[in-house]
Amino acid sequence: MAEKMLMKGNEVIGEAAIRAGCRYFFGYPITPQTELSEYLAKKMPKVGGLCLQAESEVSAINMVLGCTASGERAFTSSSSPGVSLKSEGVSYIIGSDLPCVIVNVQRGGPGLGGIQPAQSDYLQATKALGHGDMHFVVLAPAYVQEIATLMGEAFDIADIYRTPVMLLADGALGQMMEPVDFEAKRERALPEKTWAACGHGNKRKHNIVNSLYIEPETLENTVLARYERYKAIEENEVQYDEYMTEDAEICVVAYGITARIVKTAVKAAREMGIKAGLFRPITLWPYPKKQLAGLADKVDKFLVVEMNMGQMVDDVKVATGCKRPVEFFGRTGGVIPTPDEILAKIVEMNGGAK
Amino acid sequence: MSNILLAGFGGQGILFAGKQIVLAGMRDGKYVSWLPSYGPEMRGGTCNCSVIVEDEPIGSPLVTKPDILLAFNTPSFDKFESKVVKGGMIFVDSSLVNKKSERDDIQAFYIPATELANENDLTGMANVIMLGYIIKKTGLFSEEFFKESLTSGIPAHKAHLAEVNNKALAIGFGYEG
Repeated sequence: MAEKMLMKGNEVIGEAAIRAGCRYFFGYPITPQTELSEYLAKKMPKVGGLCLQAESEVSAINMVLGCTASGERAFTSSSSPGVSLKSEGVSYIIGSDLPCVIVNVQRGGPGLGGIQPAQSDYLQATKALGHGDMHFVVLAPAYVQEIATLMGEAFDIADIYRTPVMLLADGALGQMMEPVDFEAKRERALPEKTWAACGHGNKRKHNIVNSLYIEPETLENTVLARYERYKAIEENEVQYDEYMTEDAEICVVAYGITARIVKTAVKAAREMGIKAGLFRPITLWPYPKKQLAGLADKVDKFLVVEMNMGQMVDDVKVATGCKRPVEFFGRTGGVIPTPDEILAKIVEMNGGAK
Repeated sequence: MSNILLAGFGGQGILFAGKQIVLAGMRDGKYVSWLPSYGPEMRGGTCNCSVIVEDEPIGSPLVTKPDILLAFNTPSFDKFESKVVKGGMIFVDSSLVNKKSERDDIQAFYIPATELANENDLTGMANVIMLGYIIKKTGLFSEEFFKESLTSGIPAHKAHLAEVNNKALAIGFGYEG
């Protein structure tokens, strides 16, 4: 194993992108992810890459569109308000069947909101960042190490399925430092980019990258073909993690930074004799529906914990077919829940301490 | 297992001190995490940093109930003294905090780190003096190990920095208060 390095989450995003062979970053600074631009501004020129500070988020996402259309790996990053601005471009990228990676280091909202960590862009990320029939893959790391692994995988998934992939982090993960090993990523076979609009010296018919289809049937066919790929993504790309769910009566469902706070609470609950467990979706789309449905046959109750007002609750209810009660605990606006608060909720659901 | 909270004013090297503990922990094979308070902070504003050094994977990176508190100013002392767990330790820069802990269920240590820094031509290095003192009192790491870790990241063209860091560390380690 390579020697571990101590790095901030935001820097790890940049380093992992470079190691994934990405040489083009287009962004506009915003707290709490600015260290990423700072890191890439220093590093990209050293590896023959480009780190470009665009005049706005709208501009940055459209630069990604143009760059990735040429077959190069490209990515952009922002935090909540800036990601909203990118939504039109994301829809165009999807409509053009282009791969790219989008990073959202979330902060509190709505509006300009605050600058402290939040998870209140869950619905935006998993349901509709942009218009039209669409999905994209959403990866939610919980550890700085996982940022490194998932950021590397994100580019591969994007290329394999010709889709944007979002790395959905939050301010705490972006700001915190943990040891990281960049060697931990798995190698995958990648398709050739036969669709790329790049120079070829008239050796083949030219490629056109486009998202406009005037004929309804033609447009329908492009959407149907895309949904076939989504089906393959749902079959092949689901990732999740479980902790003490084997005999759990209360199963807490949480992702990202919140999941590790829940883990501390679950451990404390176990010490009190309460059979709690943690289910952590790593892919928020595709959502680990089957795995949660399986848990619904074993556990008594679910508790969703998020740094928002309960945006994932419906996904858990749908996945489990409302077989078991689903309760919610969350803090929002940039407030990080404490293990004690979560433990108190688990104890309450257990009908007190045993 | 140690949940450590370092708190003071921006500019005192709180985040740097936290990073040195985490770096040493990582080199010692422990699980570590470092989380700064961030926001519209600036020199002279409040600043704190959660540091965890553990034998197993770390859950919450946010330290709300520290085993060890380093207080580099009075507002931090007032805010966090009551949060320290029973049996925990508080380290206070007594040059800047004119208060003593009234708790009898914790151990409190006082070191005039800022004065010691100024007297020894080490202005701005109270943080490293404090590090030497807490390493000695807590036994988190040996002095030699920590010293090597502290100076390991210093590039060759800044070699003179190793000398002052070592000097500051030794003052803290040798302080009998």
